[in-house]
Amino acid sequence: MLETTWFILITVLFVGFFFLEGFDFGVGMLTPILGKTDTERRVMINTIGPFWDGNEVWLITAGGAMFAAFPNWYATLFSGFYMALFLMLLALIGRGVAFEFRSKLTNPKWRSTWDWVIFFGSLLPALLWGVALANLMRGVPVDANMNYVGTFWDLISLYSVTAGISIVLLFLLHGALFLSLKTEGVLRERARAVALKIGAWTSAVLLLFVVLSYFETDMFTSKGLSPGTVPVLAGLALLSVHFFIKAGRDGWAFIMTGATIVLSTITVFMLLFPNVMISSLNPEWSLTIYNAASNAYTLKVMTVVACTTIPFVLAYQAWTYWVFRKRVSSTDHLDY
Amino acid sequence: MEALELARWQFGITTVYHFLFVPLSIGLAYLIAFMQTMYVIKKDDKYKRMTKFWGKIFLLNFAVGVVTGIIQEFQFGMNWADYSRFVGAVFGGPLAVEALVSFFLESTFLGIWIFGWDRLSKKVHLACIWLVAIAATLSALWILSANSFMQEPVGYEIVNGRAEMTNFFALLGNKQLWVEFPHVIYGALATGSLFVTGISAYKMLRKQQVDLFKASFSIGIVVALVSSLLTAFAGHDQAQHLMKSQPMKMAASEALWHTSGESAPWTVIASIDPAKQENGFQLEVPYALSILSYNKLTGKVPGMLELQAEYEAKYGPGNYIPPVRTTFWSFRIMVAAGMGMILLSLFGTIAVVRHKAETYRRYLRWMLPAMALPFIANSAGWIMTEVGRQPWIVFGLQKTEDGVSPLVSAGMVATSLIGFTLVYGILASVFIYLVVHTVRKGADADVDADESHGQNHTPNAGVTPTASL
Repeated sequence: MLETTWFILITVLFVGFFFLEGFDFGVGMLTPILGKTDTERRVMINTIGPFWDGNEVWLITAGGAMFAAFPNWYATLFSGFYMALFLMLLALIGRGVAFEFRSKLTNPKWRSTWDWVIFFGSLLPALLWGVALANLMRGVPVDANMNYVGTFWDLISLYSVTAGISIVLLFLLHGALFLSLKTEGVLRERARAVALKIGAWTSAVLLLFVVLSYFETDMFTSKGLSPGTVPVLAGLALLSVHFFIKAGRDGWAFIMTGATIVLSTITVFMLLFPNVMISSLNPEWSLTIYNAASNAYTLKVMTVVACTTIPFVLAYQAWTYWVFRKRVSSTDHLDY
Repeated sequence: MEALELARWQFGITTVYHFLFVPLSIGLAYLIAFMQTMYVIKKDDKYKRMTKFWGKIFLLNFAVGVVTGIIQEFQFGMNWADYSRFVGAVFGGPLAVEALVSFFLESTFLGIWIFGWDRLSKKVHLACIWLVAIAATLSALWILSANSFMQEPVGYEIVNGRAEMTNFFALLGNKQLWVEFPHVIYGALATGSLFVTGISAYKMLRKQQVDLFKASFSIGIVVALVSSLLTAFAGHDQAQHLMKSQPMKMAASEALWHTSGESAPWTVIASIDPAKQENGFQLEVPYALSILSYNKLTGKVPGMLELQAEYEAKYGPGNYIPPVRTTFWSFRIMVAAGMGMILLSLFGTIAVVRHKAETYRRYLRWMLPAMALPFIANSAGWIMTEVGRQPWIVFGLQKTEDGVSPLVSAGMVATSLIGFTLVYGILASVFIYLVVHTVRKGADADVDADESHGQNHTPNAGVTPTASL
């Protein structure tokens, strides 16, 4: 019971991470592409300026929660996906300091350098999370001692790269729609136009990913939790985005990409349950929520802490979005 | 080199590097919160400009601290998988709580503080920076409770070959935590305040914005004096506790090979020969180690060789003596740097009280390099604590060599070690460059532009040098 609770809580943390950091990764990737002038790029960065750091904490918390609740999952995943994690950390380091460093000098080369650091710092983690999730679904070589015995290249396949690209596209779409809500004028028009274009691609690649999943994983036949209509709803939400943009309902379009992200993440975790890392060598060697978990006392304490703090976190993060609800305009005070 | 050694270097480099930025963040957060409080109470614009100026440096520093903190959290799983499996059920707890309780609070309210100057009422905006300072302090509390478990395991039992938490409050009530936490927090305040006085001294010497920087100097120097004295007292408590919890670390930090007589002298400096397990030359102050350890003139202090025999009987064969030279010298470097901090801030406080700080130009010139002292002391202190605990990763429970990831190759650790170290080097260079740049530019002249509502910013306000000055 406690193990299941923690599996759900970690799902919640990843849902929060993908939903929130999803759009700021998207904005990060779009900044050097959609922003034609320095002011435009500054406006785009300022749409996520007050939020991105708080959004990233969802990932840090997910990591900490895995460590506390499922130490074996944390140990196997982090030591196993070593090089992928190393690349992701480099990306997150660059991105994090770039937001702060870019505005400190006016030299255009300086600014453009950091804009591209933001671009790759947003692209790489999105891509790598896709690769990681695909491998979690398909199973990886884990031995009897819960250690990953493959290499970095074992993680790279048509299937996992497709997953990576679909997450990148989904985040781009999510980010473009966020920009359509937070900017005005030409920038907003550009964001809407690019969202329409990316939308079609996202649906196509995501569909390809679902088809590949049928062949690459045994998720459709396994006796895990059946996600039922959840993935269908995720697909419908994604398809509806196009019509909402056309109808000028940007807010609804953003909610729908958000719903796609949330429902897809839930689908992945439901399919995984009760496994947390599937061994491709021997199903007996898979890590489950039972053999990977901490003792009951630790889980109990952590449940109390998480259930009392997460509502507050949601409340004050929601308040942040309320405080900065206005569109960012080029006539605002932009440098901080 | 083997994966174990490389993983240890990576941990050491990341931790020391991360901890250059963390105490400065904590210290500056409180100083800035104080400055902004003065602004809100006194409605004097000088304090607003002051808050914004130090705020800029704080944010640069905070950014590097945050990104290196992520590595800090993830490297346990990457390089120390067996350690993570062994202690996760205890050690993971405080880390998760830190993220839930502190990181969310800190990052969210910092975002609001940065962008919220003209969106929030003055008081709510002020509350944001106080929340950041408090959250940063809580963050230190949780992370140190995890570290304290490594120094002095409590509230656990060993079940099926791993440590499981049995009492969360025992972790929080760990005696080690309550000697370590004050030492770290006072040290952070000393770091922040000596940073402020160093930069202020530079600006006063160059006669730039003297009014503002004289005030910054006065605030900084008083905090520096109080906090560096408190750091020393807290350190003394920690040493006394060390006698009970980790006597081997104490003996190594004193290069004490054999148990002392009834009154133990304190070795000021010594030439240590770890191979022969003896000291060549040594300079001693009689009674001082007994005072340091027990607050009295008498009291035996156990030596390393006696403790080694005792540990072999208790834990089985092996070498239980940490690297003596590193432990001994890092302790002395820390103490010397701390003494320097106390003396310089005492002198400065007297100068400020007599309204003469500006005229002591030689002293002000000293205050610039003195900014390095707290960073040296912080790093040396952690090196002593962590190296002195060896060969243990969790004292008495797991050895460092048993904690490493078994299947992560030396090549992989070397790649990430080189990659991270290079990035740290680049970040440090850019950080220093930007701090120097910010200091040269000085505090904004027109920060009250957003006070007068009629004033509109030009569309490219963000890029013109005058607006960002």
